Amino acid sequence: MIEETTLQRVLTRALQTGGEFAEVFAEDKRTTAARLDDGRVEDMTSGRDRGAGIRVVVGETTGFAHTADLSETGLMAAAEAAAAAARSGGGGVREVSLGTRTQGRGGRQAKLIDPGSMTKASKVALLEAADHAARSAGGAISQVSAGYGDSRRRILVANSDGLLAEDDQVRTRFSVSCVATGDTGMQTGAEVRARTGGFEMFDAIPAEAVALEAARRALLKLSARPAPSGVLPVVVKSGSGGILFHEACGHGLEADHILKDSSVYAGRVGQKVASELVTLVDDGTMGGEWGTCAVDDEGHPASRNVLIENGVLTDYMWDFLRARKEKRPVSANGRRQSYEHLPMVRMTNTYLLSGAEDAEEIVNQTKLGVYVARLGGGSVNTATGDFVFGMTEAYMIENGEITDPIRDANLIGNGPDILGRIDAVADDFDMCPGTCGKDGQQVPVGCGQPTLRISAMTVGGTAGA
Amino acid sequence: MPELLDIATRIAGMAGAGEQVEAYVAHSRETDVRVYGGEIESLSSAESEGVGIRVIRNSRQGFAYAGSLDPRVIEETLAEARDNAGFATPDPHAGLAEPDGVEKVSLDLWREDLAAVPTADKVALAIELEARARGLDARVRQAESADYGDALTEAAVASSTGVSGTQRRTGCHVSVFVLVGEGEDTQTGGGYSVGRSFSDLDINEAADDAVERAVRMIGARKTRSARLPVVFDKRVTTSLLAILGSTFSGEAVLKGRSMFAERLGQEVAHPSITLVDDPTEPAAYTASGQDAEGLATRRNVLIDAGVASRFLYDSYSARRAGARSTGSAVRGGFKSAPGVGCRALSLAPGDKDEEAILASIGTGLFVQGIQGVHSGVNPVSGDFSVGAEGLMIRDGQLAEPVREVTIASTLQRMLLEVLEVGSDLEYLPGTAAGLTLAVDGLSISGS
Repeated sequence: MIEETTLQRVLTRALQTGGEFAEVFAEDKRTTAARLDDGRVEDMTSGRDRGAGIRVVVGETTGFAHTADLSETGLMAAAEAAAAAARSGGGGVREVSLGTRTQGRGGRQAKLIDPGSMTKASKVALLEAADHAARSAGGAISQVSAGYGDSRRRILVANSDGLLAEDDQVRTRFSVSCVATGDTGMQTGAEVRARTGGFEMFDAIPAEAVALEAARRALLKLSARPAPSGVLPVVVKSGSGGILFHEACGHGLEADHILKDSSVYAGRVGQKVASELVTLVDDGTMGGEWGTCAVDDEGHPASRNVLIENGVLTDYMWDFLRARKEKRPVSANGRRQSYEHLPMVRMTNTYLLSGAEDAEEIVNQTKLGVYVARLGGGSVNTATGDFVFGMTEAYMIENGEITDPIRDANLIGNGPDILGRIDAVADDFDMCPGTCGKDGQQVPVGCGQPTLRISAMTVGGTAGA
Repeated sequence: MPELLDIATRIAGMAGAGEQVEAYVAHSRETDVRVYGGEIESLSSAESEGVGIRVIRNSRQGFAYAGSLDPRVIEETLAEARDNAGFATPDPHAGLAEPDGVEKVSLDLWREDLAAVPTADKVALAIELEARARGLDARVRQAESADYGDALTEAAVASSTGVSGTQRRTGCHVSVFVLVGEGEDTQTGGGYSVGRSFSDLDINEAADDAVERAVRMIGARKTRSARLPVVFDKRVTTSLLAILGSTFSGEAVLKGRSMFAERLGQEVAHPSITLVDDPTEPAAYTASGQDAEGLATRRNVLIDAGVASRFLYDSYSARRAGARSTGSAVRGGFKSAPGVGCRALSLAPGDKDEEAILASIGTGLFVQGIQGVHSGVNPVSGDFSVGAEGLMIRDGQLAEPVREVTIASTLQRMLLEVLEVGSDLEYLPGTAAGLTLAVDGLSISGS
């Protein structure tokens, strides 16, 4: 994208007013998306985003500027703007020389069918197949929308410590959302599959299967009863339940919150913060998962980090700035939405390791409770630890059996409290893709867990429990 | 500014025979400052521009965008949009907006002085805001962040069907998020101030609000599950109205996703509810004289004294519904094609202020913040369940703080069970104005 000699000159310029650290992050991203709704492919869209963000660090201050102009003139102007934005220090000339280049392959699995090599017609055909499949699932399916998206994101990171890294990230996503209409009104069901990789995703997960899953959820909820209101045992099925950990403790283990003492987990390394059944990992190296990459957006090779081991907090997640402040290594959790954004501490794929129990047994041992088969999303206040997550497919458990479906509702809890109440973990691990929002930036993440039980949690429905 | 319109017009002029082309060209300059511990944590200055191009050929739409106004990139983007149009399903209603003779309200949303404010003053304001928030109460532990941000944005749209227009605006804000506590107990609160001009910003308002909201939550606990009336704080009402507004999208109606599809002319809300979307209201921060397709925006009454009265349309959904565009096309910048949306919703205010409403409610829950709107509110089914924090209302007054509970109902029921609409209408950031709103019969889930 940019010549090494140009990068060295730009970084040198960025440091000339006394910067201690400078970085160029360049990105060239092409996206294709198509949406089918109401039986029609409404439009196909293409996007091109190309530019560089330059940051300069002086003391605790970061100056940042970005430009869509990747010529040396454009980069020099951005370097000067970033240097001016950072508080100026001592001045003087510091020549930057770059080290050996790290060349990533995006963390995808060996086999890649580049979406860019597939015709637009083949992408449209997936949407049409999904529409047909969803509508064939039942006469009550009254509306279907389906979305296809792929992106190829090439990034280059060079910094004044000599780091030089590139990555080539390919991602593919397919989603279907259905409306079912019955005597009780309308209900919705959705399913999304997304991989770091290309068109080979559809060999393992046909578009029709995504559609049928969405349709099944919508139809199921037509006969759902209102969710209970009150405190109950909650069994969370493997896969999307990983959102629970993303919210209950993932965000709270990000070092930016820790260093500002705005997390309930600050100062607790070495202490028990969860049930001993909990071993939690953040792992950017999981081949093909949605939050995977070869290098993070600060140029560091992705890694696997154990955050909680048998209930004991072992470490937080770190980006460059926070690791620098604490004089410790990064954990490759520095990520950003695009070249227009500053990096910050973000999760990659965050998951709970499998336990020993049988998922069905866990349900059977639960007299009265809620079985959450699919979570839709959540959010957390890291300073208080209070978090919510929404269930989009759930059932009652009565006398150890899964019984009636229940309608959508949020569950609420406090992170450390809920982590301590996990009293059963099964051996049926699964992953699920998601989009994580923090401080206005969206990044792709993965979540995962086996089936587990929380002995008591507040379920936010309307029916007397 | 004329330059952006020139570019858009030139692109629209590239339309071939039997083809419609629309270009949306935008340019923005932004400054963002974050302060922590009296120092600048980060300072970003950015200038960005780009173009989004829609092409309609053979009753099919294609779209492409690029974050550049380089003539070569524009040509590639147009070619890509043309190519994309070959893959949509033919739709007899596909097409761009046509001039409809409605005159645009001229709105003055640009404040030249904002561009001239030195960066040092912006930084100083954020530092002052943080200091003010930290010094307000001994229980304030810190401000996790104190921010200043501004944006000067200009956009032009032009189409080969003869629609064109420009819009420019300035906006700035300060916001602060504080942590307060006693002993082990930590609570949080946020406050902000927004304006079009630097001098509109009031750091005292932002700091006082953040600290008041946090301090009054100290000692908060779960409450027992119950069914109670709920009084929503202004800010919460803003987010509730934004969800409600989406159900009046003509597109959602046509596609069978609106709970009000068959309800026009029927009573869907308590008679005290009149809901209006009026982007021509200059007090709204989201005001705009033109919509995303370049048509004049206008005042649309969605619910009139409890009766569903109108759906919102862009030109495509209007054509399909056999209606006229209500000037309600919106888009998320140059990177997306337009769709239907609200810009400036408000409820017709009632005659009681917050204090009088609390007094009339007697016993209930005052909700100052909600959590999990995207995961717990379904605008299609109407199911509503969100995390909430606030204060109990006892004897008509705010009492002990409550956290880690949910409130649940359905949007349909909540509209019918409105008890009071506040007199305290205030335009807040977002697509809806805030006011105090009391609703009966919510299920509170706690211990």
